[in-house]
Amino acid sequence: MELRNEVKLEFPSRAENVGLARVSMAAFAGQLDFTLPDLEEIKVAVSEAVTNCIVHAYGDGTGLIRVSATLGDGSLKVTVEDWGRGITDVEQARQPSFSTEPERMGLGFVFMESFMDKVEVDSNPGRGTRVHMWKECPSPESPEIQET
Amino acid sequence: MHLEEELAGGFLIFRVKGELDLNTAEEFRRRAEDAMYQHRCYSLVLNLRKLDFLDSAGLGAILGRYRQVSQRQGRMVIVAPPTHIQTVLEMSGIRKIIPIFASEQKALAG
Repeated sequence: MELRNEVKLEFPSRAENVGLARVSMAAFAGQLDFTLPDLEEIKVAVSEAVTNCIVHAYGDGTGLIRVSATLGDGSLKVTVEDWGRGITDVEQARQPSFSTEPERMGLGFVFMESFMDKVEVDSNPGRGTRVHMWKECPSPESPEIQET
Repeated sequence: MHLEEELAGGFLIFRVKGELDLNTAEEFRRRAEDAMYQHRCYSLVLNLRKLDFLDSAGLGAILGRYRQVSQRQGRMVIVAPPTHIQTVLEMSGIRKIIPIFASEQKALAG
């Protein structure tokens, strides 16, 4: 029987919660047959999205972060949202090394895009940001479809 | 994150255990800097064998130390990162500037 499931996690934008968010999502994704390397990649992608919310969304203050995920049709969808300041130029933010701070890599979106199959960013300045990420779980029974 | 330090062969060895992310990057930075200044040693061996998780916030903390030791003509090498951490190092481009060794022994000899 095909698995369909969903989960939601809400927490304040504190650094202590990054680990909780990524481990919860990886445990949830584990209900499908993702490989261990896949689960590690999901952890990094979730960590990057949540870290962005904590660092950028609410300035020096604290606000709400919601991480929701669904499993269905052999794939995982994770949405990470905040109701903070939003991103004025999403395309620029998605570029590598956009960060100006010396201790930050500016690789958050690069990792999300490399480790997930698809990433969409939906942001309204002053109202918040939603990052949607999808990852397919390769089915062991069906051979990979060759592109023609 | 648990950090173990040892001074050996002119290198300060840091063995990092657990997770290096936004929550632990600052503690790593502070403890690594304290040890470097205390021992006046600016060549680092970063043993990642027991590191379970690394993301871009953790990489930032590693790159920050690399910049510090480079400014002081020191060296930095990474030892034994697990496969999934190697992937992250590879993608960040850090691998091109910081050599990776299979063991501390090889790092100290190399």
